[in-house]
Amino acid sequence: MIVAPALQGTRHHGMRIKLRVWRQAGPDAQGRLEDHQLDDISPDMSFLEMLDVLNERLIKAGDEPIDFDSDCREGICGTCGLMIDGRAHGPLPGTTTCQLHMRTYADGDTIVIEPWRADAFPVLRDLSVDRTAFDRIIAAGGFISVNTGAAPDANAVLVPKADADLAMDAAACIACGACVAQCKNASAALFTGAKVSHLSLLPQGSPERARRALRMVQQMDAEGFGSCSNEGECEAVCPKQISIANIARMNREFTRASLGGAS
Amino acid sequence: MAIAAPERPTTVAAPRFVEASTPMLDARIPSGPLERKWIQRKFENKLVAPANRRRYSVIVVGTGLAGASAAASLGEQGYDVKAFFIHDSPRRAHSIAAQGGINAAKNYKNDGDSVYRLFYDTIKGGDYRAREANVHRLAEVSVNILDQCVAQGVPFAREYGGLIDNRSFGGAQVERTFYARGQTGQQLLLGAYQAMMRQVQAGTVTLVPRREMLDLVTVDGVARGIITRDLISGEIERHSAHAVLLCTGGYGTVFYLSTNAVNSNVTAAWRAHKRGAWMANPCFTQIHPTCIPVSGDHQSKLTLMSESLRNNGRIWVPKNVGDRRQASAIPEAERDYYLERKYPSFGNLVPRDVASRNAKEVCDEGRGVGDSGLSVYLDFRDDITRLGRDVIKARYGNLFEMYNRITGEDPYSTPMRIFPAVHYTMGGLWVDYHLQSSIPGLFVLGEANFSDHGANRLGASALMQGLADGYFVAPYVVPDYLASTKFGDAPVNHPAFDAAAISVRGQLDRILKVRGRTTPREFHRKLGHLMWDHVGMARNKRGLETVLREIPALREEFWRDIAVPGSADLKNQSLEYAGRVADYLEFAEEMALDALERTESCGGHFREESQTPEGEALRDDENFAHVAAWEFTGIGTPPVLHREKLQFEYAHPTQRSYK
Ligand SMILES: Cc1cc2nc3c(=O)[nH]c(=O)nc-3n(C[C@H](O)[C@H](O)[C@H](O)COP(=O)(O)OP(=O)(O)OC[C@H]3O[C@@H](n4cnc5c(N)ncnc54)[C@H](O)[C@@H]3O)c2cc1C
Ligand code: FES
Repeated sequence: MIVAPALQGTRHHGMRIKLRVWRQAGPDAQGRLEDHQLDDISPDMSFLEMLDVLNERLIKAGDEPIDFDSDCREGICGTCGLMIDGRAHGPLPGTTTCQLHMRTYADGDTIVIEPWRADAFPVLRDLSVDRTAFDRIIAAGGFISVNTGAAPDANAVLVPKADADLAMDAAACIACGACVAQCKNASAALFTGAKVSHLSLLPQGSPERARRALRMVQQMDAEGFGSCSNEGECEAVCPKQISIANIARMNREFTRASLGGAS
Repeated sequence: MAIAAPERPTTVAAPRFVEASTPMLDARIPSGPLERKWIQRKFENKLVAPANRRRYSVIVVGTGLAGASAAASLGEQGYDVKAFFIHDSPRRAHSIAAQGGINAAKNYKNDGDSVYRLFYDTIKGGDYRAREANVHRLAEVSVNILDQCVAQGVPFAREYGGLIDNRSFGGAQVERTFYARGQTGQQLLLGAYQAMMRQVQAGTVTLVPRREMLDLVTVDGVARGIITRDLISGEIERHSAHAVLLCTGGYGTVFYLSTNAVNSNVTAAWRAHKRGAWMANPCFTQIHPTCIPVSGDHQSKLTLMSESLRNNGRIWVPKNVGDRRQASAIPEAERDYYLERKYPSFGNLVPRDVASRNAKEVCDEGRGVGDSGLSVYLDFRDDITRLGRDVIKARYGNLFEMYNRITGEDPYSTPMRIFPAVHYTMGGLWVDYHLQSSIPGLFVLGEANFSDHGANRLGASALMQGLADGYFVAPYVVPDYLASTKFGDAPVNHPAFDAAAISVRGQLDRILKVRGRTTPREFHRKLGHLMWDHVGMARNKRGLETVLREIPALREEFWRDIAVPGSADLKNQSLEYAGRVADYLEFAEEMALDALERTESCGGHFREESQTPEGEALRDDENFAHVAAWEFTGIGTPPVLHREKLQFEYAHPTQRSYK
């Protein structure tokens, strides 16, 4: 989606922004919101570059900078993720925190920045959280079992374009965790559903379809994620706009597997 | 930039490096005809019986394409694998960001491709600075990689008949590039990651997230382990194993701004270098022609626009210097489609180095566009008219959106503005045909090694190489090493581990003690400016000598004035960052020295003193048909240069010409 000019806010040079940022020294420490004022923010800065500017200032003053995770800074690695004014990844649809630019805001705005909040994602420090629960869900069954060297020719199995496209839509998930953070139940159904869908839509994945759905769903529950109550908040904040149709597909796969008695 | 020049020695200048007095290490290239070399070597390699494999422990550092595929494959064979990475999840490795595609010599399009042609194109594209045997092996296994990835469920683009689709990519005259929308790297990495997670479940691979390797431990000259820092608790840890695989990616962020992820670093490779692993051709870096231009000082990274865009976009600048009109106001006759004009047969698809240098040239002439004058147009107007907006949208929709998000401009109606940016590093730790470094037991895979791309990498070949190394080379050469080596004990309380752990802790404390006023980012940015100005797209003796004076001075300033608050016993991102910048401040010097010493131009390494009358890179095969492998001797002491002669029996060096 191309962002409409109306969403881009008014262009100001040297915007003044007030930040209220979550600070927490460690996993067990008490956290609190800390206020900061920035006076010279360029609308061309990304949101994280704005935090970089603040951190430079903190370091120079001998204070500890705000801890937050990021890496690719182009919306694909899934490392970044902040609750911005109560919305995962901020106000723009289909946009990760690192892709959000300050031109979205107006001079004088106040922005509240918090970490993802979910029991399954404990805070490590300030804005960074532990998302290893996602890896454990994948380990439980989010793969197609094929040893290196055991593959047939790439064109030996035909895949209808429509299926391949749907599988790709689901596979586009970047595992950032926004879905969990936005959900009032902290459910990981969209993340798990996307992987179940990606793999079950392809003929290569079909022999382990039932087992995969069962195991991944069981692991998801074991990690302490809540259950899905169909609010659709996850889809609304997903930076890759993964559809909740994937949750329905996962539920069908799970039901089918439970009835089929797969283990 | 106010950096004081260090005091000039009054006596005769000390040599910058020392020529090796010992014979070059054997690269272990198999004899025999090119297409039999790998087959023969696989047969000669020693094997480990299935029941014995779990007794061998292998450390894999990095879980990008190279590391994840190696960990998965060795885990499947039954070795005891531990995978370390700085990220919170293995899937975040920088490989995830690759957009364009992966090459495979499948010849599915019946358009004349073959393993030999991919081999030949890669050698030629690398400007005859890579080993024939390695490159041929890479081309051979490319077909297996594609098969493997499809079987894992990588959702490659398909045609309506259900077959896999592919396209031509950056400089290739055959359609051999396979892709998954604009997210090929993501999907390939997820395939490798999932294969690795399957082994985590099976108990053969253990993940060790948020760990930074800060030293390599060698015992009796052999790699036996690593020292890591737990990036959450700050704890310094020791890990012992029978072999260590470094898969830690490239060092493009030595330039500060690059298309690489912001945590990319040279730390693991550099510290291994300081323990004896040679660094090969560090000056070989690739500048990618199609990136979004810099918007201001705050910029923390540059975003690549996949070069597949060059298949449908036309690159141009105004004919007249200083033409500041909007693109739409410049009539056709006053536009210079300079690549099409200068290179009629390749046009907009010339190799990356050629496209980048030409963009710099037109901007240097004052014909650049945008506020800064540091960009050129990439215009889709003609193909939007010819093929329709929907076709262009289907091909590049996500890239257009990304561009719009960053710049606020709409590429469907205004041409994109692009400028070259550092993208890939062909140089890296020296490895032999077995991907083993100059330290036995230390293997180097993926972008971290120097092996296959010579002086310039072809588009869609890095993903191929990372996966070739991990899926199809490591599983043969690592077992051979394990089976043919007699291992002594190397417990983590061995004095070698003590010494390495103490040195790591010492460096962290030293950084924290300074409590200066300049942040790690400020030092990084300063270094980046120096490198971009003098070791970037075009290099010359004077500039290189300048940086070789300025880098040591900047390094001194770092140790006098670095500002890092907090402690080493907690999560401390500025401490992590400062450590990486400290390593870059050492590494950069070797990189500049390598560029100074190589007085020829080749591939991405353009020495202004060495060009053809038409301004193309001019190689000097007589003096430089070699790999320059540097041995570390200490900071401030001249390194030792080992030269590995390159033999070309099949692809005979010719002057590259894309006219
Ligand atoms: C924007 C972009 C687009 C690209 N597009 C393409 C393309 O279309 N086709 C193509 O072929 N190539 C492309 N490339 C190049 C290609 O993506 C990379 O060369 C390749 O993915 C590198 O893989 P790797 O496994 O060697 O390293 P990486 O993927 O960089 O992985 C490095 C790993 O090492 C770990 N690590 C790093 N340092 C340490 C340390 N000190 N301690 C512990 N762990 C550490 C990291 O956590 C990570 O897991 C692109 C590159 C970029 C930047
Ligand atoms: S930093 Fe990679 S998605 Fe934001």
